[in-house]
This record gives sequence, structure tokens and C-alpha cells, in this order.
Amino acid sequence: MPEPEAPAADGVVVEINGREVVARKGELLIDAAERAGTYIPRFCYHERMRPVGMCRMCLVEVDTGRGPALQPSCMIECSPGMKVDTESEVTKKAQDGVLEFLLINHPLDCPVCDKGGECPLQDQTMAYGPGESRFVEEKRHKEKPIPISDLVLLDRERCILCDRCTRFAKEVAGDPLIHFIHRGNDTEVNTFPDEPFASYFSGNTVQICPVGALTASTYRFKARPWDLETTESTCQQCSVGCRISIDSSRDQVQRYAGVDIDPVNWGWLCDKGRFSHESVTAEARLGEPLVRQGDELVPTRWADALGRAADALRGASSPEAIGVIGGARLTNEDAYAWAKLAKGVLGTDNVDAQLGDGLPAEVVLGLPRATIDQVCEPGGTVVLLGPDVKEELPVLFLRLRHAVVSDGVTLVEVSPRTTGLTGLAAASLQPRPGEAGELVRALVAGSDAERDVAGLPAEAVNAARRLLAGSRGPLTVVLGRPSVAESATAVVDAATALLAARPDTTFLPALRRANVHGALDMGLAPGLLPGRVGLDEGRDCFAGSWPSVPASRGLDTEGILRAAADGHIDVLVLLGADPLADFPDHDLAERALAGARAVIAVETLPNASTRRADVVLAAAGFAEKAGTTTNLEGRVSSLSQRVTPPGTARADWMLAAELAARLGADLGVLDAEEILAEIGRVAPSHLGLDLAVVAGSPDGVLVPLGQPEAGPSSSGDAPEGQRGAAADAAAVRSDAADDTTTEEAEAAAAAAAEGAATAEAQAGAADGAAAGGDDAVPDEPLSAPRPELVAFVAGAPGSAPPLDAYAFRLVATRKLYDQGTTVQASAHLAGLAPGTAARVHPADADRLGVSAGERVVLRSARMSITVPVELDPGVPRGAVALVTNQRDVRVGDLIAVDGPVTELRIETAS
Amino acid sequence: MAITDAPKIITSRLGYDDSHTINRYVATGGYQALRKALTMSPAAVAEQVKAASLLGRGGAGFPAGVKWGLAPADVWPRYLVVNGDESEPGTYKDRILMERDPHQLIEGVLLACYAIGAGQAFLYVRGEMALAQERIAEALNDAYQAGYVGKGILGTDYSIDVVLTWGAGAYIVGEETALIESLEGNRGMPRLKPPFFPAAKGLYMQPTIVNNVETLSNLPWIVANGGEAFAALGAEGSKGTRMFAVSGHVRNPGVFEVEYGVTTFRDLIYAPVYAGGIRGDHQLKAFIPGGGSAPWFFEEHLDLPLEKVTVDKAGSMLGSGAIVVMDDTTDAVKACLRLVRFYARESCGKCTPCREGTTWLERILQRILDGHGRPSDLELLLDVSDNISPGLTWPPKQTTICPLGPSATAPIASALGRFRDEFEARITVAEQARTSVPVELKAPSHA
Ligand SMILES: Cc1cc2nc3c(=O)[nH]c(=O)nc-3n(C[C@H](O)[C@H](O)[C@H](O)COP(=O)(O)O)c2cc1C
Ligand code: SF4
Ligand code: SF4
Ligand code: SF4
Ligand code: FES
Repeated sequence: MPEPEAPAADGVVVEINGREVVARKGELLIDAAERAGTYIPRFCYHERMRPVGMCRMCLVEVDTGRGPALQPSCMIECSPGMKVDTESEVTKKAQDGVLEFLLINHPLDCPVCDKGGECPLQDQTMAYGPGESRFVEEKRHKEKPIPISDLVLLDRERCILCDRCTRFAKEVAGDPLIHFIHRGNDTEVNTFPDEPFASYFSGNTVQICPVGALTASTYRFKARPWDLETTESTCQQCSVGCRISIDSSRDQVQRYAGVDIDPVNWGWLCDKGRFSHESVTAEARLGEPLVRQGDELVPTRWADALGRAADALRGASSPEAIGVIGGARLTNEDAYAWAKLAKGVLGTDNVDAQLGDGLPAEVVLGLPRATIDQVCEPGGTVVLLGPDVKEELPVLFLRLRHAVVSDGVTLVEVSPRTTGLTGLAAASLQPRPGEAGELVRALVAGSDAERDVAGLPAEAVNAARRLLAGSRGPLTVVLGRPSVAESATAVVDAATALLAARPDTTFLPALRRANVHGALDMGLAPGLLPGRVGLDEGRDCFAGSWPSVPASRGLDTEGILRAAADGHIDVLVLLGADPLADFPDHDLAERALAGARAVIAVETLPNASTRRADVVLAAAGFAEKAGTTTNLEGRVSSLSQRVTPPGTARADWMLAAELAARLGADLGVLDAEEILAEIGRVAPSHLGLDLAVVAGSPDGVLVPLGQPEAGPSSSGDAPEGQRGAAADAAAVRSDAADDTTTEEAEAAAAAAAEGAATAEAQAGAADGAAAGGDDAVPDEPLSAPRPELVAFVAGAPGSAPPLDAYAFRLVATRKLYDQGTTVQASAHLAGLAPGTAARVHPADADRLGVSAGERVVLRSARMSITVPVELDPGVPRGAVALVTNQRDVRVGDLIAVDGPVTELRIETAS
Repeated sequence: MAITDAPKIITSRLGYDDSHTINRYVATGGYQALRKALTMSPAAVAEQVKAASLLGRGGAGFPAGVKWGLAPADVWPRYLVVNGDESEPGTYKDRILMERDPHQLIEGVLLACYAIGAGQAFLYVRGEMALAQERIAEALNDAYQAGYVGKGILGTDYSIDVVLTWGAGAYIVGEETALIESLEGNRGMPRLKPPFFPAAKGLYMQPTIVNNVETLSNLPWIVANGGEAFAALGAEGSKGTRMFAVSGHVRNPGVFEVEYGVTTFRDLIYAPVYAGGIRGDHQLKAFIPGGGSAPWFFEEHLDLPLEKVTVDKAGSMLGSGAIVVMDDTTDAVKACLRLVRFYARESCGKCTPCREGTTWLERILQRILDGHGRPSDLELLLDVSDNISPGLTWPPKQTTICPLGPSATAPIASALGRFRDEFEARITVAEQARTSVPVELKAPSHA
């Protein structure tokens, strides 16, 4: 993206239309000119892809000392003394000529074309085009739009052959499934025969197509650009947190588009994120509260539903008889309000935003954090110790792919089966399930392993070991839960080993769900309070603003479900959680829902678990409320309201406040902005945060505030600006609150004097305090010194589970498209869930005497299921891989969460 | 000016029926130059080629010795690519060389590899040339067998591999960067120069020298006889001998090796030892001096020597060494369409002006021929041409990526420039037909 200002050092002085312009070294003329205020028309050039110089629209006259000549400005780098004329007769004639050429065969479908109104070709033509056509021949005709995938249609008549879509598919996504075919005037974009453009990233081509040749099946003929209202927000389909714009018309969300921010998504989105807008408007959305009447859930008034929920909570035999599961769907403000309700008002610490499918909260919050840019730092080395990033965090996959392909990053992958990144990895190792810890210890050892490790030959392990040993600079690790069929112990063990061997290692936690990181930050985890502090460490900070703080650590989701199954839970609150689908051990989830005396679900869409609830509170969802979210880096960015929620659905924080009120407490919050201000006052890792800080930072802000945003994007560019202001604001507030030394106070005053942003921030803080003054719950600024944030505490090294030579170990991974509620509520995504089969290594299949397609019985200690077999050399010997949450196969039936791994027998089905 | 008795440098074996065999080649001095070169330093071999002032025979006429020097020092590996895609309308000399004297080409390839330090050469032969493919494959097998190619050539520790590849039937892969794309397994579309000059960033982004078949076929003689001997032949700007393929309305079409720079077009077209004059009792109308891309020449150009600089200055080029003769029975509009259609069909489709413009030109010409021409069409033809090749100058400027697009404008500028009356006549007939239609059709207005 053209940056606002060129650094003067090693700049190149060129002359554009008689004006001197300082370009960056190596900068393309088209970018330098744009930065200097001269926009050169273009169709094929795209700042996030390699230039190809195909459309010729950007031709300008360039003189490098040998007289002026027409040159494509997207292909030439600025060189000293270059003289450029973007307005000469020759330039104009060439550009007009290209435009005319592009139009002669263009169908001029504008009135019926989705792109009409936001079409670069239309705009160019309106601005510069000839009034009439000199082309009297018959135009080129092709069959009107042909589907090239389930999501994308191609109208070859409209295509101007700019190579953007094809380049994106090959260069960015690595899915070269669309290509030019034929020649000359017959050239067209198309797929290979019988191979659709089945890419997780296909929607990006629709966004970057400069004409209406590529359209999305979800948006065709739905709206006209001039009817759309637009707001920026942050995608909530996974924790990457891609920046998006939401377009709506008539109070209906119509589409999302990627917004280019440097530190995260570069303008790209995955198709799940992009097309999940259909789930916002889905028929099934809950628009009113429901209560149980016998076997049925029936609509009711809010007063009734909230009353019943409050009664249930009030009636709980003890605070510990209440459990709250979920929170990744919530905004930070929602999550804070629910944490305050659960921990501060109800007094239970049985709260967990994760569903037993992630990592322990202390590990996520305590490990030194890496940003995406740090992980992708050119020349660096990344260890992938988690799930298949392509399936779970797709745009992170794009960033990693770019890092490897273009920036010389070395990937070392440790995964339970091969992944979407395996082909890019310098080393990819698939240890026996449950033995990642053993493997990583060998990888960071000082000397070569002498025999097999975790089922892998010593040579392979040693080759990877030497790769890591030879890496320069700090390692970064993408850390997540690779398979829900094994406990998190093995990867935590592996992370511990890495950190011990390389103490400057940083970690990008790869928990998948939308705002799960924000929810953990807000204390939706046992033993934690908002702001990444433990109960005891944070007790004093919250003493002023919360009625109480739980005395001792509560249960995580597994513990809550066990307690519920044993009849110890009176009220189970599901905060956008569906344990029946998502908790790894289906049987336990089932027994828990049966055992809990009352179940309250707070949801946007019905799911298997809400159908078992006693009260369902209809929640406002994405695009229906404002707030903030936190991505896997700890980047807080804004969520915006674009449409009104269905029916009478309400924001989750509001429901928390309503319930608190019915329980005689006052959460002390009137809107999301105020909650954020409170978070910024009391949550230790979030001190200084408020709406002004977030709104002032288009890239979002990293918490804890004030840390420099490391990585390539900020090193050279303007690290001052909003980020600096945010840091200042943080300094002012924490210092004012601490009221410690005079030096600090002076520094704060100096910082305050520096800019309006700081002053504003202070004003915000003052407002918040004033508002807090009227509250029943006193809302004093943090009175104690900032406590220690949660730190990672290494456990003792684990040991590999004993090997049972007759058993197979289960690997349970996820796919981007599954039976999850948002995917299934998105009409065009629902059918993309691929289903699953028992994938085994061909050699194992041989040994067992089963062949592809044959149905086998997988029998665990728990239960057995029957599935077809598929041969897959990407699965290690001795393992069976299944995909969770797919049609017809309930993998959770096999899993018992008490063991380190899930062992299976394979029997041929008779 | 002169029909000289210069030695046959590259066609000396064409008289033998078995000229393509290794036995004949070796019996007639073949592979001696290679033996000699292996006793010389690579730089000394390159020096001989430089001294010979051997101009590239593929079309652009760039001195081979100079091109070799453009590869950046110390970047390895580097490759030699042999351009045997010969498809320029009228051109058929490389085919003869590949079919009839493949060993001479192979020896030339080996000498070039030795001189530039390439361990691998890629020989790209046009897809339609079945016999050439067969002969080269056979020759290459024999040369490997005999130890001229491969590991440890002739007992030295010097090794060269030659990889043979066929085209898939696109003219554009004759353009060197498109050829490289094709070699890499991609769709044959030209790369942009700059930055992708093959000598710097060629095959697999490594330094790559692309030379034409005829260019390389000269090397055995040059190395055997010395660059000076080569440079002693020909004229100042065009040394040695050169093959010209004469076709069209002549009595005796064929490929002739003549002394470069001194023989004239009149010699070549009229001399009995060459093309033997215009067929029947017809008169010359026009001729294309250097392949379909070259602007046309006429009667008044006949006495120009076949010399690069002279022809360039006269507003055309010797290009690929193909002379196409048109007699007075030729319909200028048809001839023009035939050439334009070739380029339109062969456009790779990569850049807008060529992809759209050449087809537009073709369709206007077709319409004129079909009797639906309009008076404004002639200006339109010229203006569309101008948008592909601004100014319609010589040498051509281009709004396109490669020179193919502008190639389509050369015949238009030539034919319209000289035979405008033929175009106008067709349009007048069309106009009359139109205005005699009882109901008056209003013609669309033109900008
Ligand atoms: C459209 C186009 C077609 C060409 N076709 C050929 C060809 O068929 N054979 C050839 O040797 N060179 C062809 N060339 C020239 C090559 O790009 C290149 O200049 C040549 O192979 C270099 O070899 P030389 O220096 O030995 O002449 C063509 C160039 C263009 C622009
Ligand atoms: S479909 Fe769109 S993006 Fe793709 S080449 Fe055509 S115009 Fe460009
Ligand atoms: S990668 Fe995640 S945040 Fe980005 S578009 Fe996809 S689902 Fe949304
Ligand atoms: S000028 Fe024609 S042949 Fe050359 S790159 Fe452009 S479209 Fe292809
Ligand atoms: S934008 Fe430069 S050629 Fe297309």
C-alpha cells in the first residue's frame, strides 16, 4: 500500500509532471506517483501482488535520459532523475487507446452488473472514455456466467484479462485452479476441466476483479453499490481478526469485503469469513427469548425469560453450583460484563470460555506473545505446533505462505498429520499422537538423537534439529491444540521444552474461535480476572469496582461438565457455546446437560445444546452491536453495528446487566463504550484502553498497551501516530492511578501535553469516573499498583503414554467447513462441509487388509462408530485421522477426555 | 550489386543426401572446431565470435559476441537456449538447417556453451517441424554416443547436456522470453523487458543466452577458420554470409546462402542462381524484405544491398531473412488482411492493445473485403494501428509488451501507404451498394 510519507534517507528524486517527488528506493512509479497525488489509471496492478504489466492502462511517458518513451508505470522502479509525464498527449492517447480496446468487446452490462457503480472500468470510462464507439463489429460472445465454484461465477464477456484473479490464485492462495486458456482474442479465464475453483480464498478474486466478471453467488443481484451503507469491522469467524467492511442495504447485511491493514490480513479474507454474512440474516436466527414448556421451547417476553433465568441463578445452592461455559462469540465488553456478573456478582469461578478443545488459559496468557508480523519476519524461523492453520486460521495461512514463498521464512512443522502448510515446510514431522513433547525435546537437544523419536526415524528428527539449531534470531511458535483426541499436555510440554532451550522464543496462540482470546483476557477462565491476572494477584484491583471476587479457583469446562454430570451443577450457562457439538467428549457433554438442573443458553442461532436449554436468551450478533474484539496476537480492534438485531435480540452485555439487576446488583454499565472505559481502568493488561484509543487506530492496538509493535510493518513506517498516542495514554493513566513517583508524574504530564489524543483519552477517563460515581458498585480507578500479569509456569516434562502395539491412536482435526452453526446457517457454505472418513496410512491399511472405501468399525474404550476408510500417507503409521463435527460421524463418541490419547481398534465391518 | 563466390559457411553440406548423419558430418570436418575449442580458453572462443561480428539471425540482429558478454559475471548456473521455433511468415531457413545439418547446429551449441560457461543447453524446436525434431533427436543421440555431448566431452573433464523440447504450436514462443516461459512449463507469454532480459534473468531466473539456430550454426566455421576470416566477408555492418528464404511469386523459391551486406535484393530475386525472377510475365508489385513483421519494399528498393544498417535506414528490416515477393496480381487489401490475421491469431492475449487491437484491425479489413467498408475505415485502421504502435514509426514504438502487436501494423501502414486506392475502390463500391438500398440506413457516426 502506498504509505503516507517517504523516508528521506536513500530516497530517489524523480520528476512527475514537472514536480520533484522523493520516492523510496525500489518503489514502483505508479505508487510513487499516487503518493505524490497523481493517480495513474490501472486495472491489472494490485499492491499486494507482483506487477505483470498486462493491461497497459498505466502507460505514461518516462524519460530516463534517452528521450520520452511509453512505459507501464506499474512495472518500472523509480530511478534518479527520471522524468515522468502522466498528462502528455502521447500518454493520454495511449491510455485512451487502451480504454477503447478494453471496451470494444465489453458487453456494457452495467445496468444488470453487480459491479456497476463501483467498477473501475466504468469509472475510467465515465472519466476519460470516448463518448461513442468506433467499433461497429459484433462483440465477442460467450456463455453468460458460468459457475467456477459453488461461490463464484465467471462472466467471460466482462473479463478484461487483467490476471488479478489468476495471479491471486497462484501467487497468494497457492491454488492455481484458474488459468488463461486459448489465445489472442479468444483468451479467457477458466478452470481446468472438471476441477472447480475450490479454494478457501476464492472470494478474494471477486473483490479484486476490476470489472463484474467475477461475482459471488451470495451477492448476485442483491444490491446496488449506491444503496449500500458501509462500516468497518473485524471478522469474527476465527481469531485472526481480519479487518472487513460490512455493506448493508435496507437494514440487511449484504456482503463483507476485506480491508487492507498491514499487520493482519492485507485485504484478504477466507471464504468462510467472507460469506458468513449469510448467517447474520439466516432464517433460523433467534429473535426472541424462549423458555421450556415440557418438551418444547416456546417464545416468551423478555421479562419472563430473564425472570426465570434470574430465579434459577438465585436458586442455586451455592456459587459453585453455577457454571458458565463459552464466550468466544462475545465482544470484549460482553465478556467483561459476563465475567463481572459470574465472578463479581454470582461469585462463581466455574467459568471457561474454551470448550476443552484449546489450551490452558494460563499457557495462552502467560507465554510471551508474538505478533503475526513477528512470526512472518523475513528470514525468521517458525515452529508450527498446533492445528492445520489453513483449516482453522486461514488468513494466517496466507501470511505464512507469503512469508515462506517470498520472505525466506523457514517453517518447521510438528503436527499430528500433514497440513495445508506441509508443502511449504522445510521440515514436517508427524509424531505419534501424544508424543509431541518427546519430539520437540529431541529437536532442541544439543546433540543428535540416536534412535527413533515419537515413531519418527532419527535422521528425520536430526535434520529438523539441525535446521532449528542453525536458525538465526529468536524462534516464533504458532501454538495450538492440534487434535482434540489427545490432551493439551503434549503441546504444552513441547512449548515448555522450546522455551527452556530458547528463552527468547515468542508464541502466537492459535486458538481458533472468534474472540476466544478476548474472552480469556476478560477473565472468562477459571482462576483469572479481567486483564490477565490471577484471582489473588488481581483481587485488590477489583475490590473497588466489583462486589466481590471468588475466593478460590473454580473449574474449567471439563470440570464443570463433570460436576454437572454428577449432579453438582444447578445452573449451567452456555454463552454461545454448544458443548454437544464442540466438547471433545460427547458422552460427557451429554451427561452434563442431562445432569444440570437448569440450562440457560445465550445464543444467536439454535444449536444442539440450546435445544436442551430451559431458557434461551436471544443475543444480538455480529454486525448488530458495537464493541471491540481481540485477536490471537492480543490486538484489540473495533466491531461495528451496521444493522439492527433480529426481533428483540439484545447484546450479551445487556443481558448480563439485566440479570445482575434482577439479582439486586448493578453492573454499573450503560453502554459498550462505558464498559470498555471500565476495562481500561481496572483490567491490568488493558490499562489505558478506551474507545478513543481503539477508534484512533485503524490497525487495532496491541495489549498490554505501550508495547512497541515489532515486526516488519512498523519498523520503518510510522510507529508514532496513534500507537504512540495509545502508549502515552496508557502511561498517563497507569501513572496517575499508581500515583507513584514525581518523575513518572512529570513524564505523564509531558505526555499529556504532547497531543490531543492524550488529552482526549484523559477526558474519556474522567467521564468514565464520573459515570462510575453514580453507580451502586463503586468504580474507583485502580488503587493498587499494577499487579503481575499471568506468567507461564513450566510444568515437569511429561512422559509419552505407554504404547499399545495393537491400538491405533486417534487424530481428530478440524476442517474450515463443518456442521458448526454459522457455517450451516450460511446457505452457500453449508454444503461445503466435506464429511469425514477414517484416514489411515496405506501401509497400515495393508496390514489390516482393508482397502479404500471399505467400512470399518472404530472401537474405543468408550464406544464404536462405523466409517469408510481412506488411504492417506499424510497420517502417521499407527494413527487414524478423523475430522470432527462433520455430517453422519460423531467423532466425540470415541473420545474420553481423561486420557492423554484416544486409543482405537479397527475392525472390518461385517 | 554482386553475386560473389563467398564460401558456403553454413550450407556447405546440403548437397549430400546424408548430410544429416554423423558420419557425413565428421567426414566433412565436423566436430573439429569443438576439438580445437577444447584446447582454447572459453574466453578465447568468445573472442573469435566477437571478432567475427556475427549478428543474430533470429530477427533482431544483435551481435552474438556482445550478447554473450551481457550475462552477469559469476552468476551460476547459466543456460544456453536455442531458438528453433522459426514461425515468422516467409521464414524457413532454420528448418532446413535442422533437417539437413543437425550436427552443425549441435556443434555450434557446444561451442557457445563452452564460451559462455553453460553446462546445459535447451534446444527448442517448433512443434510442427516433425522431420527437424526427428533429425535433431537422432543427431543428438549419435553425438552423445560418440562422446561429443554429455559427461566428459572428448575425454576432457568438460560436460554439457543438451535438452530437446518441442513447441506446442504458438508463433509467440519464438519471442525469447515467451520461449523461456514455455520451457519452464508455463503458458507461452512474453515477459516484460525490463526487467526480464534473458541474459540477466532468464530461464529459472538465471542468466540465459538465447540464440537462433542459424546464428549458432555459424560457430563451427568461425572457430575453425577464425573470426577474422568470417569478418573478412560481407560489409561493414553485416559480416559473413547469411541465409535468405525467398518465397512468393518468383520462379525459383528457396533458401540461399549469400555473402551478407553486398548482394542486393535485385540479385536475390532476379538472378538465375537465386530466385530467378518474377513468375510468368508478371511485374513486381511489392516485397517483404525480412519476414511478415517487416514493412514492405517496392521496385525502388531493389538495388539496396542485403545489409542490416542500410535496410534499417530505408525503413524496414532484414529481420528473419525471409523475402516474400508479390507480383502485380496481388490484391493489396487481401495481402494485408492475410498478414494482419496471422498476427491477430497468434497474439498471446497478454496485453490489451495487441489482443484487442489486432483482431479489430483484422475485422475491419475483412469487412472492407466483404464489401462493407466505410469511408472512415481507413483513418480508423491507421488510428487503431497508432494505438498499438504510436506514431507508426520505424523502428516501431509500442504500447504492447512485445513487438508482435506492432508487427500487425506494419502491413497496414505499408499497404495503405502505397495502395490506398485499392482500399478506397472497395469502399466506394460498398458505399454505392449501400446508398442504392431503398430504405436509407443511417450509418453510425464516428468520432
Ligand atoms: C514475435 C516474435 C517472434 C520471434 N520469433 C523468433 C523465431 O521464431 N526464431 C528466432 O530465432 N527468433 C525469434 N524472435 C527473436 C527472439 O526473440 C530472439 O531475439 C532471438 O531468438 C535471439 O537470437 P539471435 O540473437 O541469435 O538472433 C522473435 C521475436 C519476436 C518479438
Ligand atoms: S475475471 Fe476479473 S480479475 Fe480475472 S482476469 Fe478477468 S477481469 Fe481480471
Ligand atoms: S481468516 Fe478468520 S478472521 Fe480472517 S476472514 Fe477468515 S474467518 Fe475471518
Ligand atoms: S504484444 Fe501480443 S503477443 Fe506480445 S505480449 Fe502482448 S498480447 Fe502477447
Ligand atoms: S496497471 Fe500497469 S499494465 Fe496494468
